[in-house]
Amino acid sequence: MIGDILVAPFRLVGLLLSGVFKGIYGHPWRTAFSIGGCVGGVLLVLLAMTFNFFPVVSIQRGFRGVGMLVQYNPRSVAREAGYQQIIAAYPPVQPAGVPAEIAYKNIQVLKGVDANEFLRLMATMANWLQPSVGCAFCHSAVNMAEDRVYTKTVARKMIEMTRYINTNWRAHVGAGGVVCNTCHRGAAVPGSIWFMTPPPGGRHNFAQTQSGENSPSTVAGLTALPNDPFTPFLLNAAPIRDQGTTALPDGNRMSTEQTNWTYSLMIHFAQSLGVSCNYCHNTRAFGEWDQSTPKRLVAWTAIEMVRDINRGYMVPLTDVFPVASRGPIGDVPKINCGTCHAGAYKPFYGASTLAAYPELEGSPDTPAHERVSVGGQRQAAIGQPSPHAAIDATPAAATSTAAGNTAVADTR
Amino acid sequence: MFDYRTNFGVEYQNIFNRIQIRGPADEGAPLKWGQENRRGKPRFSFLFGLIGAAQVGPFYLGATGLASIVCGFIAFEIIGLNMLASVGWDPIQFIRQLPWLGLEPPAPAWGLHIPPLAEGGWWLMAGFFLTTAILLWWVRVYRRARALGLGTHVAWAFASAIWLYLVDGFIRPVLMGSWGEAVPFGIFPHLDWTASLSIRYGNLFYDPFHMLSIVFLYGSTLLFAMHGGTILAVGRYWGEREVEMSIDRSTAAERAGLFWRWVMGFNASYESIHRWAYWFAILCTLTGGIGILLTGTVVDNWYLWGVKHGFAPMYPPVYPPIPDPGPLRGVLR
Repeated sequence: MIGDILVAPFRLVGLLLSGVFKGIYGHPWRTAFSIGGCVGGVLLVLLAMTFNFFPVVSIQRGFRGVGMLVQYNPRSVAREAGYQQIIAAYPPVQPAGVPAEIAYKNIQVLKGVDANEFLRLMATMANWLQPSVGCAFCHSAVNMAEDRVYTKTVARKMIEMTRYINTNWRAHVGAGGVVCNTCHRGAAVPGSIWFMTPPPGGRHNFAQTQSGENSPSTVAGLTALPNDPFTPFLLNAAPIRDQGTTALPDGNRMSTEQTNWTYSLMIHFAQSLGVSCNYCHNTRAFGEWDQSTPKRLVAWTAIEMVRDINRGYMVPLTDVFPVASRGPIGDVPKINCGTCHAGAYKPFYGASTLAAYPELEGSPDTPAHERVSVGGQRQAAIGQPSPHAAIDATPAAATSTAAGNTAVADTR
Repeated sequence: MFDYRTNFGVEYQNIFNRIQIRGPADEGAPLKWGQENRRGKPRFSFLFGLIGAAQVGPFYLGATGLASIVCGFIAFEIIGLNMLASVGWDPIQFIRQLPWLGLEPPAPAWGLHIPPLAEGGWWLMAGFFLTTAILLWWVRVYRRARALGLGTHVAWAFASAIWLYLVDGFIRPVLMGSWGEAVPFGIFPHLDWTASLSIRYGNLFYDPFHMLSIVFLYGSTLLFAMHGGTILAVGRYWGEREVEMSIDRSTAAERAGLFWRWVMGFNASYESIHRWAYWFAILCTLTGGIGILLTGTVVDNWYLWGVKHGFAPMYPPVYPPIPDPGPLRGVLR
């Protein structure tokens, strides 16, 4: 029986081929059909190659029968596993007994770290970020202490950021925390970063203004959904909850159009974590917290965290980055879910080397970052009525007043 | 019964016909009125003959047909040229990205105001011309049926489809007070709209009229397969002559009926099966239109509506209860 099913595709191809040969000897229209069949057969084979073949591992994440199953294809997981391989920590070093700021000049962040421990971290960072270039990727070869190379300024900010996350965002990153390599994975630029979409321009004259949708959305599973759900939700705080919370209409003015934006971000979540919607949600009622898995709380925290990091650490670096490293409208590279997760439900499947680098842990002394880093934009951003407004926001608009952004929304 | 196959030596006419009839073209029955606009000398198409009647024409265009085609062309051009503009007038990208390209309705902020062309005005205009084209085509279908002395069944079935189209693109947006609720033009864009509409309004699967619509949709395909299969199966007894069979049962009708009584204890008749199919098809879009019309206007969350009325099942919790973190952080919506 099973054998028959396995053989069936080959039989089908055989049938098509025999049709071709019979047709050539027969009537001309039969030949036409046979050629059509042959083309169809080739298309069938090409289509079959896009299938996910069995066996697929299915993990139940809800009550039986509700279809809350996360599917993993072991073959693609095996392919991706290499990228989730954590780099082993460098061996411990003997303490020098002198803090880094005494031993070295221009230490601003890693004060109080033992000098040898400091060197070990520097070596590790070179390995984590840009092993082929090493120290010179950030440091001037003439004078390691000077801040002439912009990457050093960025790296300093990133160490602050790492400490900040490990201190203030344990609700998302858990006990494992983050280290440089969580995002960088041996590359100077993490695999998943994002820039703002250029605002719709006058290129099309009076043709329809692009709404940020209706092109293959690489962040949203190649749907026609918005290509940049990040600006409204991971930089600004546009309303993200679309579903009504009552059976009958009760003043919820969120539109189907706005749902497209939330939907796009949610697909980005799923893609970045290599999971499906029901990793967090019971898809029969996306909005219901009492039917969601505890992972939804972690993911919810992630939105707040990523927004906080983008505003507090990435946007302030805008002028530090050279123009060539910035986005099409001159904005700084920013993070999203994929920056750390890189396709896994947890970066490195939950493995961590943070314990080997206590200087990245941060401490209760680490100054809690002022969350509103972009000139008090948090309140302003929440006031925006539509994701469109956020999309329209240029870096200039992002630092302008809330009234300015609202005006953009109202004219649409 | 006259055995035309034996007497004329013709084979059973079916899809992938092996025999095609050639002869003087059939000009159609003389009519009391409405035949003056028949255009073109009938000709024969071999390819058409393979799958149906080989004769092509005479055509009937008429005023409504011509106006409909013109309006449809205008809508097609508005949509197509806006799509082309959205890829910077690049014909290659136009073809590559065609399934993704779309023409969006005005943003929700516009309400029911008429925006500039670039801000959704094109969508309104395309919608107007497409709707006009469809309605004119409906008039044409109706009038051609009357001219031929037929019943107007096809026109009313078409009207049911138009009802759903109008609910999606016009009636519901007007009731909601926003063009932005309407369907965008485009292959994937309109599918994304479908998914987002269901998510926004709490899962359309809990909408009873959506349920009915699905029943009639799937039921239509089932009936189509059962009826088509039955008629093909009794073709060897000339069972495809359905009109004659309705009034003059033959062994084909008896065997077909007995088959279904054996299989499921009941059989439709040669006449009633067509009413079954007709109403299943009509009710698919009729109930679907009602379901969409109620969405957002009368019901805001179909899942919660299902809970309220006790038909959405509850399952035992698998996880400890998770509080909604939103209100704690000032996120109300």
